[in-house]
Amino acid sequence: MSRGTLRDKVAVVGVGCSQFGENWDMAPSDMIVDAAYEAYADAGIDDPQRRIDAVFTGSIYSQKGPHECSDALKLFAKPVTMVSNYCATGTDAFRCGVLSVAAGLYDTVLVVGYDKPKDRGVSGPSVMMNQVRDLPQTPAGWFALCAATYFDKYGAGREDLGRIAVKNHHNGTLAPKSFLKREITLEEHAQARMISWPFGLYDCAAQTDGAAAAVITRADLAKSFRADPIWVKGVTVIAGPNPQKDPSNDFLSWKPTGWAADDVYRQAAIDDPRRQIQVAQLHDCFTLTELLSYEDLGFCAKGAAREHIASGVFELGGELPVNTDGGLKTFGHPTGATGVRMIYENVLQLRGQAGPRQVPGAELALSHNIGGHPTACGIAILGNS
Amino acid sequence: MAGIVSYGAYVPPTRLGFGVMSGRPAKPGEEGPERAVAWADEDAITMAVAAGANALRGFDRAGVDALLFASTSHPFREKQSAALIAKALDLRRDVATADVAGSLRAGTGALRAAFDAVAAGSARRVLVIASDQRPAAPGSALERAFGDGAVAFLVGNDDPIAVFEAAHAVADEIVDVWRGEGDRFVHTWEDRFVVQEGYAPVLAEAVKGLLGKLGEGAGELARACLYAPDERSLAGVAKACGLRREQLQDALFGRLGNTGCAFAPLLLAAALESARPGERLLVAAYGDGAEALALRTTAQLEKLEPRRGVSWHLARRRPVRSYDRFLRARNLDAREYEPARDQGLSATIHFRERDEDVSFVGQRCRSCGGLQFPNQRVCERCFAKDDFAPERLSDKTGSVVTYTFDFFFPTPDPPTIVTITEIDGARVHLQLVDARPEDVKLGMPVEFSFRRIHEVGGRPNYYWKARPYDPEGFAAHDPEGFAAHDPEGFAGATHGSGR
Repeated sequence: MSRGTLRDKVAVVGVGCSQFGENWDMAPSDMIVDAAYEAYADAGIDDPQRRIDAVFTGSIYSQKGPHECSDALKLFAKPVTMVSNYCATGTDAFRCGVLSVAAGLYDTVLVVGYDKPKDRGVSGPSVMMNQVRDLPQTPAGWFALCAATYFDKYGAGREDLGRIAVKNHHNGTLAPKSFLKREITLEEHAQARMISWPFGLYDCAAQTDGAAAAVITRADLAKSFRADPIWVKGVTVIAGPNPQKDPSNDFLSWKPTGWAADDVYRQAAIDDPRRQIQVAQLHDCFTLTELLSYEDLGFCAKGAAREHIASGVFELGGELPVNTDGGLKTFGHPTGATGVRMIYENVLQLRGQAGPRQVPGAELALSHNIGGHPTACGIAILGNS
Repeated sequence: MAGIVSYGAYVPPTRLGFGVMSGRPAKPGEEGPERAVAWADEDAITMAVAAGANALRGFDRAGVDALLFASTSHPFREKQSAALIAKALDLRRDVATADVAGSLRAGTGALRAAFDAVAAGSARRVLVIASDQRPAAPGSALERAFGDGAVAFLVGNDDPIAVFEAAHAVADEIVDVWRGEGDRFVHTWEDRFVVQEGYAPVLAEAVKGLLGKLGEGAGELARACLYAPDERSLAGVAKACGLRREQLQDALFGRLGNTGCAFAPLLLAAALESARPGERLLVAAYGDGAEALALRTTAQLEKLEPRRGVSWHLARRRPVRSYDRFLRARNLDAREYEPARDQGLSATIHFRERDEDVSFVGQRCRSCGGLQFPNQRVCERCFAKDDFAPERLSDKTGSVVTYTFDFFFPTPDPPTIVTITEIDGARVHLQLVDARPEDVKLGMPVEFSFRRIHEVGGRPNYYWKARPYDPEGFAAHDPEGFAAHDPEGFAGATHGSGR
């Protein structure tokens, strides 16, 4: 088995993001246009029909396939691909775009992630009702399954999750396009109504509508778009077993994150992620998912997340700020868009354009999605040199 | 001689107190009159599976040649319940199955047919199950009178614990209790008419006819297990038949309730729990006539391992705290919209997965010996392909690997306790029932119960759930601990804080 690297073969030269939220008055096409045209402008592209060679889109709620994106943007007579991989969809769409450029097939590619869950008439994610045996399945119920075991082994509890929620609520107030702009207290977190123990309302991501986009291009063309391209250092998406039937799962971590980290750190030549990475966007679909990811990504040792949370390592101003824009928790979680929204935030951070939430001197940034039961993890690492 | 080889019962632990039905809140530890209620995920079929599994404990399931299922409350108008029950019990594929329906005499009728089949040599062993969850209008007298439950008998001619001696039946046309096409609830004519012209004279006619065939008086009977609409009517029939009070099997009014076609057979199971060898037992049911059967217990009765019978189940109670909860569990509460019925649960997926979903059969890898569920082509552990032997999980026990309490999943009774349960190395995602969240512990032992999982597609869909396993065995009674269980008494928002 051999695995290569994507390091420094592809650059991100433009990013865009629609307002995230309950966009009652916007169609998916409206959000796609907002995100893509912002990314065009960011890349200095004023003739996208000529400059964009191919499109990779990601969505899990859309029933319309890649046509929804190409029709919204009037990008015809080009290859258009739709990717669907649960919550890893956005990172996977980005990965497919990067692969196509690295393979030399296209010069410049548009990546669009989007979803419109708020047209379904329900609050929160779907309860899966497809099969007999798959019930009951709620995402909170899937991701909560590590709690009893992790709390039992490492002594952590709901108050540790609360600190993550408070942090992400604070960060969301600093991001112009975030959905929720409201600080919460540990007490509010503790008293919120229960969704799936130990997750109360404030442990759960805000499901919203939204779209995000990135323009990527060949390394040697990058500076023809702008002087400060952001380089792809590594990107991967890794599949894992269904943890609900995996006979060796310990319910102390989610296996795909560790595997994906190994692959992407190898690509990016990272051997000390805690020191080498300055800013990270982690998949906080639920607070515990963010907590486990600190450990599974090697930001701290297994079982040590609690003390690192308490000392503020992952807060803005801390040693390794995580979810600087509020994360899924408050920026919002339109499933297919989320991975691309993280690319958007990391690009702003690496260019020094993140305003009040800027991490000073950030050179390497990581974004992480985990989705399914969870059964897939995507990670992208970007750098500014 | 044909007779009963084994038996088992099932009574749902959920109990609705008459006081709660009248709007009074339940008080902890209070024990007034009550009835057993099948909860939201139970019905005549799931109760039948539980009773059948209890009757088959210690017996070879492959030896069952036929299954007769009696009920007046089959969940499907057209679709055989017995075939579904046979699949859930993992009986042989060539088992003969039939539903007996439409009459409160369906239970005794099925039992008699089983004795006849064994006596005629057309089957060696027949499993007979009677199960009822009869619908009654909210607030009606019938709602208070009814109870839900099931009973199963394994009938055969090898080592019976009670041999079948004789039967006597009376057919009698009368409109007294009925449920017509499209009717939601059971109807009854004025109760004085029902008892004076129907129940009392007709049941007595059947009992006296049977005693005449036996050539003996009522005084020779050890126990009479008689269907009755109420205590007073029962006393009247006993007197007319010359039965003394101590000969009557306790009809469990105020504890179990009128379990329809399972009523008299359930009393027979209760009688078998306390009978001694050589005693004559009589069981008689009423409904558009009456039917009485006589059996005599044998020395084998004392060799049968303890059963999960009537007393085992009656000792395990979970009071329902409010009448509203009961109405919700029965789909009798007012709602703006009916639940969605068009989410398209695929009948072909159900067909492909019936070994797993209905029989709860997993697969053991012939290469590495590991057990996995559901069925897959490639082994989770050693990656061997297509080299598995089927293995039934439903009668194993397991342990809880991890859990959560899901308040988001739609149910009349949140939260839903969700577990990953390990069964002999296989990991299975299962709901946990018959427990409160605070009872759930990592590593706790569980057994498995066939339940309704949802009604997507507008039909009941069934799957297995975990329930706490009582390692004390079948005869153990833990009324203190179990009576404290309460399907509603959970303050979820505070649970687990400080862990």
